[in-house]
Amino acid sequence: MNNDEKHISSYQSLTVVLVILLFLTAISVLITGFHLGALTVAVALLIASVKVFIVLTQFMHLKFENRFLRLAVTGVFALFAVVTIITFIDYYFR
Amino acid sequence: MGNEAEVSYLEYQGRHKGIWSWLLSTDHKRIGLLYLYAVIFFFFVAATLGLLMRIELIAPGRTIMEPQTYNGMFTIHGIIMIFVIVIPGLAAVFGNFFLPILIGARDVAFPKLNLFSWYLYMIGALLGVASQFFGSGPPDTGWTFYVPYSVESATSVIWALTAAFILGFSSILTGLNFIVTIHRMRAPGMKWMRMPLFPWALYATAWIQVLATPIVGITLIMVIAERVLNIGFFDPALGGDPVLFQHLFWIYSHPAVYIMILPAMGVVTEIFPTFSQKPVFGYGAIVISSLAIAFVGYFVWGHHMFTSGMSYYARWFFSFLTFIVAIPSAIKVFNWISTMYGGSIDLKPPLLYAISFIFLFLIGGFTGLVLGALATNVQTHDTAFVVAHFHYIIFGGMGFSFFAAIHYWFPKMYGRMYNNSVANIAWGFNFVGFNLLYFPQFIIGIQGMPRRSYDYLPQFETGHVLSTVGAFILITGLILMVINLMVAARRGAKAPANPWHGVTLEWKIPSPPPHENFDEIPEITAKPYFFGTKDQNKA
Amino acid sequence: MTDNHTHTEHLDSETGKLGMWIFLFTELFLFGGLFLVYAIFRAKYSADFHLAAEELNAFIGTINTVFLLVSSMTAAMALTAIQKGDKRLTIFLLLVTILLAALFMVNKYFEWSHKFEYGIWPGSPVLKNMSHGELLFFGLYYMMTGLHALHVLIGMILLSINVVKVKTGAVNSGRFLMLENSALYWHLVDLIWIFLFPLLYLIT
Repeated sequence: MNNDEKHISSYQSLTVVLVILLFLTAISVLITGFHLGALTVAVALLIASVKVFIVLTQFMHLKFENRFLRLAVTGVFALFAVVTIITFIDYYFR
Repeated sequence: MGNEAEVSYLEYQGRHKGIWSWLLSTDHKRIGLLYLYAVIFFFFVAATLGLLMRIELIAPGRTIMEPQTYNGMFTIHGIIMIFVIVIPGLAAVFGNFFLPILIGARDVAFPKLNLFSWYLYMIGALLGVASQFFGSGPPDTGWTFYVPYSVESATSVIWALTAAFILGFSSILTGLNFIVTIHRMRAPGMKWMRMPLFPWALYATAWIQVLATPIVGITLIMVIAERVLNIGFFDPALGGDPVLFQHLFWIYSHPAVYIMILPAMGVVTEIFPTFSQKPVFGYGAIVISSLAIAFVGYFVWGHHMFTSGMSYYARWFFSFLTFIVAIPSAIKVFNWISTMYGGSIDLKPPLLYAISFIFLFLIGGFTGLVLGALATNVQTHDTAFVVAHFHYIIFGGMGFSFFAAIHYWFPKMYGRMYNNSVANIAWGFNFVGFNLLYFPQFIIGIQGMPRRSYDYLPQFETGHVLSTVGAFILITGLILMVINLMVAARRGAKAPANPWHGVTLEWKIPSPPPHENFDEIPEITAKPYFFGTKDQNKA
Repeated sequence: MTDNHTHTEHLDSETGKLGMWIFLFTELFLFGGLFLVYAIFRAKYSADFHLAAEELNAFIGTINTVFLLVSSMTAAMALTAIQKGDKRLTIFLLLVTILLAALFMVNKYFEWSHKFEYGIWPGSPVLKNMSHGELLFFGLYYMMTGLHALHVLIGMILLSINVVKVKTGAVNSGRFLMLENSALYWHLVDLIWIFLFPLLYLIT
């Protein structure tokens, strides 16, 4: 049986999502105007992460997919984060 | 139903005829055999290189080759053995052949992608061999391609890097295929905890293939970028860090060893119940251990780098995690032994190899702890001790498991039986030869014999002589083993559907299997490994 | 059963989609290696990274971000359109997506050639005269945007194939796995850029 897609995103909801993404982009560009020092990275990454979350859940339909897939995607990002942190255990403490 | 279900997969003629019915086949069983023949061929190429190295090392100084040649040999020996034999081997041969059958499916999820994986594999393997003959001389960096030498070496490093990249891509696609197959194509009623343990092993392995391999892929590209573009990531003169290469390289290459060993453990986990006529002891524990090994295995890579200049906390962290990751492996050993305990033991060649697997794997595992402890690592890093350790684990582990698998599943794959006596004799040569080849290397390693070293001090000569003798005994056994099987494939006695009285799905179909595996897809109503004894089956 | 297939000719959509998601995981880790290198050197040379990032044109970067975000929307809309059986709208949306991707590539071309004019490329003498941090920043800039651009190209090809298949009816409201998977791939390309953009352009 092919493509038994239950959920079809409406054009309207997709447009709303885009507007939110553009808004977040504007924020992240404007934020660079302020001198937050070390916090700049954190804020930029935070906003980027929110945008990525939105793209994943809305555009890529992850919100409407099965639990395993959502778990796997989370796991992938988590694994990358852990590997990065462990690598920093070397670099930060040299 | 008609003809299709009854013709064996070996005889089936579909859209393509003759050799093309093999080279263009998307039948997982034929693809498994294509991999098998490639693996055997390239194994003997790499083993011959190993033998030549052993001949060189039988005495100090120059024996049969120049130092540069020796460096090229251990490099290509490693590249072929690691990327062409041990990483793909079990999954690509026996995973391809038996995963669909063991879960009650007709094929993998993406059969055409499966064939594409084989072509990528062949291209990568041939490119690796080609690096010996084309370009500017055989690469001499070791299979680990450490910078700065891999950037500076004037040999055909880029050929080898590209070959490894392509082989990695093949591995990724196979892993992807297996994950989807296991998720989506299990027979009705085969819940996750009713799946046999070889598929479980392949599942854990596939996740590593998919998530770790891309990192080495991009790392190899970075080395090419260093060579060609001077990109600077690993060059201290430009602000880079050579140790960063080691991090990136081992972030893949350590999980890679679990790609090698998990299917090997899965194979013996199938063999022990069959030849003990008893269910596996601790099915759940083995499932969890397999996943735990895959998971924790991501976090120990720095134990290859203890002497590289990493921070104290990094060394502490990686050593600690290394000891942790040993635990699930130990649990499995306990489970295998307990499976045999009280069982009706039939010491056929598959069980002989499976038991030797435990013995050799244990030695490899314990010596891994010696390497994993910081203080003793300083003494043993980059010595022959390491070489012995990883050969015990990889060759004694995955290799002997491969031999176990071929002897176990041969009757099913070819519908013929091999000669048991010859198989046992070959085993004897293999076992004695293997131990004589590698055990002395532990000793001379601790005494200070470096690895990858063409020449050595006279005090190590005895160990080397013993080791080389062992190599010749081993190669005799290997050749005998393969000849026995090749003869049997053509002229062996016809094998029944279930020569070993196994209880997993492959033994319920004819030997050799028909093109579509099952007349009808079975419906699974019970846990696996049901031997009809009293403590069976809560379903 | 057809003689050369062991299952139905059309791939079951959930299976195909799972396959694509797993492939996307591999892409994430492929780029991940570069992000890891970025993180290490960013931590080590933060001041120089700031300096180097000022050479980049944040305006063009922002425009490119807008292009990709909009193209992600149009790709998602194309999926909706095919599900609703609106063939013409599907093709239109796919073409808009491809157009936006092309504009992205044009921008990228101008950005890179502008850098080349200033003598900034991996291994260039100008780069060697810069500080280590700046040199590494540009190495990362070229590798990350270069690898990303390659994926934009692949995405454009995939989407173009979909245009043809929708035209011929091979992809339709009852059978659109290929479009769905291509859209997923395209979203990944967007996703990577969402991380790249602030890390390269906005750390001034």
